[in-house]
Amino acid sequence: MLAIEGLTKRYSTGDLALKGVTLTVAAGEVLGLIGPSGAGKSTLIRCVNRLVEPTSGTIRLDGVDLAALRGARLRAARRQIGMIFQEYALVERLTVMENLLSGRLGYTGFWASWFRRFPATDILRAYELLSRVGLAGMENKRADALSGGQRQRVGIARALMQDPKLLLVDEPTASLDPKTSRQIMRLILDLCRERGLAAIVNIHDVVLATEFLPRIVGLRAGEVVFDGPAAEVDRAVLTRIYGDEDWTAITQRLASQRERRDRDFETELEAEAA
Amino acid sequence: MSADLAVTAERQTTWRRPPFILNAWLRWSLIVGAFAYLVLGIGSLEVNWARVVQGLERGYLFVKAFLSPDFVSRWDDIQRGFIESLTMTVTSTAVGVLLSIPVAIGAATNLAPRWIYLFCRGFIAISRTLNEIIVAILLVAMFGFGPFAGFLTLTFATIGFMAKLLAEDIEEIDPDQLDALRATGATFWQGLDFGVLTQVLPRLIGLSMYRLDINFRESAVIGIVGAGGVGDTLNTAMDRYEYGSAAAVILVIITIVMVAEYTSGLLRKRIQ
Repeated sequence: MLAIEGLTKRYSTGDLALKGVTLTVAAGEVLGLIGPSGAGKSTLIRCVNRLVEPTSGTIRLDGVDLAALRGARLRAARRQIGMIFQEYALVERLTVMENLLSGRLGYTGFWASWFRRFPATDILRAYELLSRVGLAGMENKRADALSGGQRQRVGIARALMQDPKLLLVDEPTASLDPKTSRQIMRLILDLCRERGLAAIVNIHDVVLATEFLPRIVGLRAGEVVFDGPAAEVDRAVLTRIYGDEDWTAITQRLASQRERRDRDFETELEAEAA
Repeated sequence: MSADLAVTAERQTTWRRPPFILNAWLRWSLIVGAFAYLVLGIGSLEVNWARVVQGLERGYLFVKAFLSPDFVSRWDDIQRGFIESLTMTVTSTAVGVLLSIPVAIGAATNLAPRWIYLFCRGFIAISRTLNEIIVAILLVAMFGFGPFAGFLTLTFATIGFMAKLLAEDIEEIDPDQLDALRATGATFWQGLDFGVLTQVLPRLIGLSMYRLDINFRESAVIGIVGAGGVGDTLNTAMDRYEYGSAAAVILVIITIVMVAEYTSGLLRKRIQ
């Protein structure tokens, strides 16, 4: 569905953030993008919805090259791509409902949005999503009155208001505590599964990534250095992505994670056989 | 590693903040130079002490006259002047604020392309360089005596003031909020409404309130050069040596400015 080819980004400072990245994402596929700070993870996903202008390369979404779009056609393409941010990026002084409805701006005329007169279907959709993400009854709260986890839920609901095919998720849990992080990851993954959405999830936490995301792509200094199933992430792969470090603690946790998963799978098989 | 440190580092117990200007010679010559300039500057002032004593006597007469303000004999003039001033203040603030918004957007580096930015910054620079009195003299010469010239003067000054401060505020907005809106497929104008206006609105209202009381005070000043309002009334009273009426005008100005300041402070607190 999404096919990135030879994507290069050189910032005006001369820094080469992406060096010919090639990556494909199938419809409904969810992948985790890991890599050290400054590897170009954020730049890569921001090139997809053109918040960052790619220097060269193509980004095809269902055959349409996003890198070549301008004006109204670019905005129409952006409607199909939802984005979730690390610091939530909600409009802090507006209500939760206005934040959700802002996900429909691409479908709404200027004056309708100025007077906050959104179509009934959008409002219905907003109420449904609000209760789906666990914030029923919060529509009139101001975004800056919510906790971090609640804000991220609003951010997720706003992205889904767009009715996207693809989600770009930029460090969704980096500002959250461990428990909330897991809840948010689970929510994102569940929603992707329910709606058949593809997603690219930038994430720092390798253990969290391999637990929730079936496919892992490793980025280092603007290049893809690993692309494979989460089960294949081991000491050698981590060293390739992040460089030398004592990875024992992390690899042990990855191993026990795998064992647990295999055990669950076997009990499932036994249950089916019985 | 800590063992290495203990061996190499000396046991140092004093520390001083590095000076702002590292070169000691340059630092001291700047300090001495500035002090010498100050002494020479004060020395060059010529003070006519006899005139100062005379002035103190005149000042005493002024103050004595002001202690018995006369609200009655020129009340009609005073009232007319104030109504004119207030009208001038409110209209020029409203028009000035409205016009300053597009200029502020144009003068914000994060929103406007380079050429619009330069144009708007140029306009702001001109508006802020020219003091209200100079603009008033020019506009009175163009449009004649009266409050219309005053209205134009204050509007012009308001645009420069508001646009500059608002543009700085726009440049400091959280860019993520705007990015998130762009990512939904919002147009530039929708982004401005949801992402920029919401972030700068409290400041926009606060600055407008502040400008309202600046404009009232300025309306009293520019009246002196013929731009209408209460300044005109004050000027006339002084010309006629009617210090009692002049005192009345000044007292009313003080009251109104205090009331305006108090209410604008209250309003600003409420919107935060």
